[in-house]
Amino acid sequence: MSDIVLDVRNLRVDFPTRRGILTAVDDVSLTIRKGEILGMVGESGAGKSMTGMAILGLLEPPGRIAAGSIHLSGDRIDQLSDREMQDVRGRRIGAIFQDPLTSLNPLFRVGDQLVETIRLHTDLTRAQARERAKALMREVGIPAVEERIDNYPHQFSGGMRQRIVIALALCAEPELIVADEPTTALDVSIQAQITALLKRLCRERGTAVMLVTHDMGVIAETADRVAVMYAGRLAEVGRVEDVVQRPRHPYTVGLMGSIPSLRSDAEELQMIPGAMPRLDAIPPGCAFNPRCAHAGPKCRQDVPRIDGPGAACWLAMEGATA
Amino acid sequence: MTAILEVDALERRFDVSAPWLNRVIERKPRRTLRAVDGVDFTIERGQTLALVGESGCGKSTIARLVTGLHSPSGGSITFHGDRDRMQMIFQDPYASLNPRWRVGRIVAEPLRTLRPDTPDSMVSARVDELLRTVGLSPSDASKFPHEFSGGQRQRISIARALAGEPEFLVCDEPTSALDVSVQAQVLNLMKRLQREMGLSYLFISHDLSVVRHMADVIAVMYLGRIVEIQPTADLFANPLHPYTRLLLETIPDLEAPKRDRAPMGGEVPSPVSPPSGCSFHPRCPLAFDRCKAERPLRRAEVHDRRVACFACEEKAHV
Repeated sequence: MSDIVLDVRNLRVDFPTRRGILTAVDDVSLTIRKGEILGMVGESGAGKSMTGMAILGLLEPPGRIAAGSIHLSGDRIDQLSDREMQDVRGRRIGAIFQDPLTSLNPLFRVGDQLVETIRLHTDLTRAQARERAKALMREVGIPAVEERIDNYPHQFSGGMRQRIVIALALCAEPELIVADEPTTALDVSIQAQITALLKRLCRERGTAVMLVTHDMGVIAETADRVAVMYAGRLAEVGRVEDVVQRPRHPYTVGLMGSIPSLRSDAEELQMIPGAMPRLDAIPPGCAFNPRCAHAGPKCRQDVPRIDGPGAACWLAMEGATA
Repeated sequence: MTAILEVDALERRFDVSAPWLNRVIERKPRRTLRAVDGVDFTIERGQTLALVGESGCGKSTIARLVTGLHSPSGGSITFHGDRDRMQMIFQDPYASLNPRWRVGRIVAEPLRTLRPDTPDSMVSARVDELLRTVGLSPSDASKFPHEFSGGQRQRISIARALAGEPEFLVCDEPTSALDVSVQAQVLNLMKRLQREMGLSYLFISHDLSVVRHMADVIAVMYLGRIVEIQPTADLFANPLHPYTRLLLETIPDLEAPKRDRAPMGGEVPSPVSPPSGCSFHPRCPLAFDRCKAERPLRRAEVHDRRVACFACEEKAHV
């Protein structure tokens, strides 16, 4: 099928350390189609950001892709050199990170940063690029563009800065945008503005988006499909309304239950006992089995895996754990 | 019911002027930031009052004023209890525990400070008991903070806060650094302790769904002022202030996500130069001339002092 923009197959990311190899991402397979928003959700250390970084080619050494493949619109990108990857980033993949201040150079006017990025990836002249920069700033909803284009990043508020970062990511009309916690540093009323903007732009341009966040609320309102990660592995993948309303993996069920709901008046919140295992202490079998109320003998021996929609749970896959 | 904390016309100003030389050379005026600008509320014994609002609205400054970490610039704070029995839980469990101290020493610190003549055997028995109360094991006393996860560290902070047998706890965003499944564990623990020990909480958060679960009364803050204060159920059933409605609007509903909503425009203005009159008027869909000129107050004849808004006043009079 030609409308698959991102195709990740059996991706594994390893971190060699003195005490042995830690596997931060373990056998993850995903696809994102044109114009589709895939939400990647999980708790800190679940491997969701690491998956995004691997796709961007920005893994910090000693972290490395140890197995699997990443294809962007049919082209394999996980084996490119740093130089080639630099060209893919920006031109074909845009990136949006949590903290807009670190994504912008504080010493340059935002307009110049936009113009430079546009000229790097297109053949436009300086004057044309400046017009394009203004159009982009208008598109992401920055008021008084004529004056604001010559401001420095510190003269913008957090929400406005994140709009500039989105404009930067869109400069070269990329096929894919990886957005890692794009709204986490922002206030709630601004968060809604930014997610709505991201969603509108991607719909209009047909850009595929990988939206990495810990916030199930953002996913529920923004994503089309969702991948839930736990301890470096995929726990559940599916359409967002299925996963949110009818979760099948016991971890997803627990995760949903622990979010304080506006509808329930229960005195106690549902909780999952214990905590996610550290990467150096992942139990054999299903990584969730020590915290799972339904775990059987098979769960303690064999790792359940999925490479498409479904729940990586022996109970869900085979209907029994006996 | 009796009040444990009464706050009246509380103000705190910070001097954010440029340095003296710049003021002289560049003729810059002195500038003051009114972080807390005329706030009043009462907390009843055994209850939880929550302060909610976005960053920069002054909620953490109030926590610091109440615990005495800042002194007020105006107004009063009256605590009807034993000053030694007020404790605080901080947001960041990584910064609020001394990394060089063992957990046992951290938890024992309030005891050793407040009751220095307690014998060692009683201190360690009490530490064991406290660790068990918060769901840790007595053997954890000999470990260092780095050996624990974020949620466990927040449990240690709670155990430390409980060591002085407090009656009143100030909790400044106690779960916002935690993952949701761990947040649920900590919130459940805090509710259980409140039931068992009759604690009163001043609970500060930006997350309305957490606050709805925890609080008896909610005060919504905007740029240093309380714009609305109501019992939790009333606030969610009948929000009065347009800003409260905006905040409620932004809570994602997992069961029925609002996927095509049009978010409200505008941003929180700088607290150094807040808008005139009602500071929310530039973003308010109901604003009229009076809102730009005059500051609305919470008045007894308008919804029983629950809201500071001229639009609500007009409606109440019609």
